[in-house]
Amino acid sequence: MRSRCAALCSNRSEAVSARIDIVDDAVHFDCPEGVDVLHSMIALGRRGIPVGCRGGGCGVCKVRVLGGAYRTDRMSRARITEEEEKQGFALACKLYARGDLKLQVVGKMARAFAPCKETMHCTGAPHAPPGSTSWRR
Amino acid sequence: MAMTGVLRPGHVALRVLDIKAALHHYKDVLGLNEVCRDDQGRVFLKAWDEADHHSVVLKECDTAGMEYMGWRVDSDATLKNFAKDIKASGLATDLKWIPAGEHPGTGERFRFTIPTGHVMELYAHKDVTGCGTGYTNPDPWPEGMHGMAPSRFDHCLLYGDDLDGTVKLFTEVLGFKLAEELVGGPGGKQRNAAFMTCSNKPHDVAFIRHTEKNKFHHCSFFLNSWEEVLKAADLISKHKVALDIGPTRHGITRGETIYFFDPSGNRNEVFAGGYIYYPDKPTITWTEDHVGPAIFYHTRELNERFLTVVT
Repeated sequence: MRSRCAALCSNRSEAVSARIDIVDDAVHFDCPEGVDVLHSMIALGRRGIPVGCRGGGCGVCKVRVLGGAYRTDRMSRARITEEEEKQGFALACKLYARGDLKLQVVGKMARAFAPCKETMHCTGAPHAPPGSTSWRR
Repeated sequence: MAMTGVLRPGHVALRVLDIKAALHHYKDVLGLNEVCRDDQGRVFLKAWDEADHHSVVLKECDTAGMEYMGWRVDSDATLKNFAKDIKASGLATDLKWIPAGEHPGTGERFRFTIPTGHVMELYAHKDVTGCGTGYTNPDPWPEGMHGMAPSRFDHCLLYGDDLDGTVKLFTEVLGFKLAEELVGGPGGKQRNAAFMTCSNKPHDVAFIRHTEKNKFHHCSFFLNSWEEVLKAADLISKHKVALDIGPTRHGITRGETIYFFDPSGNRNEVFAGGYIYYPDKPTITWTEDHVGPAIFYHTRELNERFLTVVT
């Protein structure tokens, strides 16, 4: 009888992995088919893309795909507009590689205690991170 | 009866990106029960110990976040008076009446937008369809509980810009009390967080000062014990739910807690503990230099994801 281990190993060897390159940061990792880019990064202990809600809602893992084929699942329109989607912007938690990808990190984890002046400036900036909060200021 | 006016948080309506994934999360993992669906595709749910028709409304949309939060008031007369007082206060915008039946089993609702940009509504009637144990010689808990199985929808924490305006509306017009606050800025004179109650709970709603309007931090559901919070943590791993932080304890409200995200990125909390609040209890103030233990009492460290990720 074929062991469960053999079956798993066999499946693994058949799974297609894409190489994800995060330009600027010189970070790269393998992303198995069917696994979103952010999850692959987390599973391999890599860093580079900020990790937020992991559900396509908060926008902190926003990236721009500079090259490569991919598909996305539904992402909040409040975070990725239709125009941005056409320009290659995506949320890494909803991004699935169909081949090797080159990514630029766009999203940022907002600073919890950014000074007022800075947060006011950030809110109006293009591709600004989600607004900053004032638990302490 | 001492508790009058606004009685409790009655419902929260959430936008989700994928209703099928959301229903798996809210029913199978969190453990709410589905009550019904309507022709708009909305799904109505409730927790096992809630008497009223529903407490959570899910609707598939192209954005995540909170659509509105509803509050049960004690009578039709109170509802009419609040509508008049809210209008007279000048603190709310987009005031309107939603006809009875727009939510199944629910009377007319008075809807308004508060200074932090969130949509709130008041209502005086929701059908009492009963809880899981019934009301005659009830057992302490019903058969067939699944998932984390909270007993009730408890509160929301919301982020918005005009915190002072929202606190004024809730305390001066709607009769809420300020149970706890977090202050900062020069001389500690700026209130940055307000935990307000209309009941005996440490909070029924909380607001954090934030640069954007109308942001949703979390909706919270009540568990009976720390043990149940730990079991919730097991379920989060078992079902591969995106964990935010916990299990841990808050300094603010003393709650024993864990936070996680629904499949659309809306944050949920399940928690136990807290304390009994009476209207004459002095307000608890947390100062800027103690914000760490105020938020997470054990680690005393600030967590940027918890503090800044919102939908």
